[in-house]
Amino acid sequence: MEPLGFFEIWAGVIVRFWPVWLGLAVIMGSSAVFKRRLGLYGRLYDSNVGMIGLGIVLFWILTAIFPEIIATFDPIEQFASIKRKPPGTIETSAGIPAYFGGDNLGRDLFSRMVHGSQFVLTVAPAATLVAYMVGISLGLPAGYFGRMMDAVLTFIANLVLAFPVILLFYLLVTPGVRETAIPNVMSGVFFAFPIVFFVLLFYSRYATRPQLLAVLLAATGLIGAWLYAGLVFDSDPFGLIRLEPNELNIFAAVVFASSPGVFRIVRGLTMDIKTRDYVAAAQTRGERAWYIMLWEILPNARGPLIVDACLRIGYTTILLGTLGFFGLGLAPESPDWGSMINQTRGFIRIAPTIVLPQTVALATLVLGLNLLADGLREQSLKD
Amino acid sequence: MLAFIARRLGVMLATMLALTFVVFTLVNLEPNLRKLALEQNNNRMTSEQVESWLEANGYRRPLVVRYGEWLGNTVTGELGYSTRFRKPVADILPERLGYTGILAFWVMITMVPSALVVGVLAGMREGSKTDRSLSVLSIATTATPEYVSGILFTVIFASWLGLLKGVAKAGDVTFVNFTLPVMTMSLYGMGYIARMTRASMAEVMTSQYIRTARLKGLSFRAIVVKHALRNALIAPFTVIMLQFPWLLTGVVIVEKLFNYKGFGWVLVEAADNNDIDLLLACSIVSVAVVIITQLISDIGYAYLNPRIRVK
Repeated sequence: MEPLGFFEIWAGVIVRFWPVWLGLAVIMGSSAVFKRRLGLYGRLYDSNVGMIGLGIVLFWILTAIFPEIIATFDPIEQFASIKRKPPGTIETSAGIPAYFGGDNLGRDLFSRMVHGSQFVLTVAPAATLVAYMVGISLGLPAGYFGRMMDAVLTFIANLVLAFPVILLFYLLVTPGVRETAIPNVMSGVFFAFPIVFFVLLFYSRYATRPQLLAVLLAATGLIGAWLYAGLVFDSDPFGLIRLEPNELNIFAAVVFASSPGVFRIVRGLTMDIKTRDYVAAAQTRGERAWYIMLWEILPNARGPLIVDACLRIGYTTILLGTLGFFGLGLAPESPDWGSMINQTRGFIRIAPTIVLPQTVALATLVLGLNLLADGLREQSLKD
Repeated sequence: MLAFIARRLGVMLATMLALTFVVFTLVNLEPNLRKLALEQNNNRMTSEQVESWLEANGYRRPLVVRYGEWLGNTVTGELGYSTRFRKPVADILPERLGYTGILAFWVMITMVPSALVVGVLAGMREGSKTDRSLSVLSIATTATPEYVSGILFTVIFASWLGLLKGVAKAGDVTFVNFTLPVMTMSLYGMGYIARMTRASMAEVMTSQYIRTARLKGLSFRAIVVKHALRNALIAPFTVIMLQFPWLLTGVVIVEKLFNYKGFGWVLVEAADNNDIDLLLACSIVSVAVVIITQLISDIGYAYLNPRIRVK
């Protein structure tokens, strides 16, 4: 059969993404209507840069939610008729076009790109979230109390920051390390921080209301223990939450690499905010240190932290791509963008377009996150 | 100032010791040692033989003792033997570092001036059209990692246009050979420096003494060149120095991408082939680069900015 032409390819691709367009229209349309009541998020719709960024990010989030509907093929199935073929080639057995061509093993690039968004968009935000819990739980006391605690924690953070990222990954994300207890110990430590964080958060505020406190702590404990068992020990009683051993390894390494940065920014913000009048007022009222840190300082530091989180998710996306690019940790058939880049880049001479879908996908997602962060910063400065 | 430098040096040494110990521990993990033993003996060994080989070669002594010994050797310049290249490490590294040095030199020479120009142009009239488009441009470059831009450039310039080479031979400094790796690396770093310069420039432009200069009736050009620039360039200095560690990661990616056989390529080879001595030496070099640039940036910042020096 005749391969598709340029316009047919793009028309087909745009049609395949219909759930994404629908979702975008619903979310952005309704948000634009109610933007006055949506706070900082609503004000994003007043900034072009922020809106474009938000659009791109939402596009990939929606793609990651509906990959089965969008993709035309199975992401790991191989078809001889589209192997290293240019975009628009028709796969003969099914009669469906491979919109972006096939990769070096005859897998459909379009479907792999669509499915690849899922890995990035689950691991990057999750790792950033855990890194934030670690950074906040350590950065707040370091900035608030100062002295020895600050000195020791800052030294450790600088230690990790001085580690060249690439070397860290080569040492931590290898099959050898997986045989040892290091990934489990590291993730065991990191995943303890969210639990500690929520316990402190609720305890510092509701210590005088034992009934509410008991409910909140029990909920934290149950959910925490469930996630902890599933993620760290791979023994979730319901079998819902589990990570492959190599994914756990990657997760721990990424959290390890990004939490010192969060620590630094939280520490700096805390040192700045603790000189404010409302903190002094809380101190005079006799509030406890953790109450002041978590309920007075942290909410007032949220602006820069949200902006930084957007940038950091983008940076984590780049890190995950780097891991894939070096072939570290991930399974070879996994359709994540970094691994796809690594596997296809040797065939540029034969089919130049073979690397384009995954590289452009990764770059647009990071660009979207950066633009979103820029828009958020611009809008939050307008207060 | 001297006390300041001495304190920084102390912290630097402590960091160096701690980091090398961590690297040493991770490189000498049990699975790596077993792999090494098997590789050295053509993979034909029972687990007892592996154990006795490790015992005979001193890998079974306490880790701290071996770290101390390695540290002593390293300080005296004895870096060990590379199992991948079958040469002493001291013969491999200087040559490769030289190649990477040439690459890094060209990256810096192209990246820093263009980033400063972009940042100053964007920051001198905050909120103008120039500012907006240049800012979006710098965001776009920071959002495109080397393994994306490098591949896109290779597709465009090497595969489609056929102007430049998709692989770079080490030590061959020609336009055709060097443009792609240098362009890839400097573009990714440029955006960040440009944004820092822009922020610093925009802040200086709102300060009192600039307003005074403007009220005196000086031309805009004179204000920017004579009054604003000097203060606006202090903050980017730190950023530029802190780009070196980033350059290291970039070097590893770009050298693998373009098969440029410099330091980054050696690091990847050492890590992929479980070459313990070489990997340790590479780690030392990279950690030292990071720490020394941090030191220089700290001292330089204190030197450039009198307000910090006095404190």
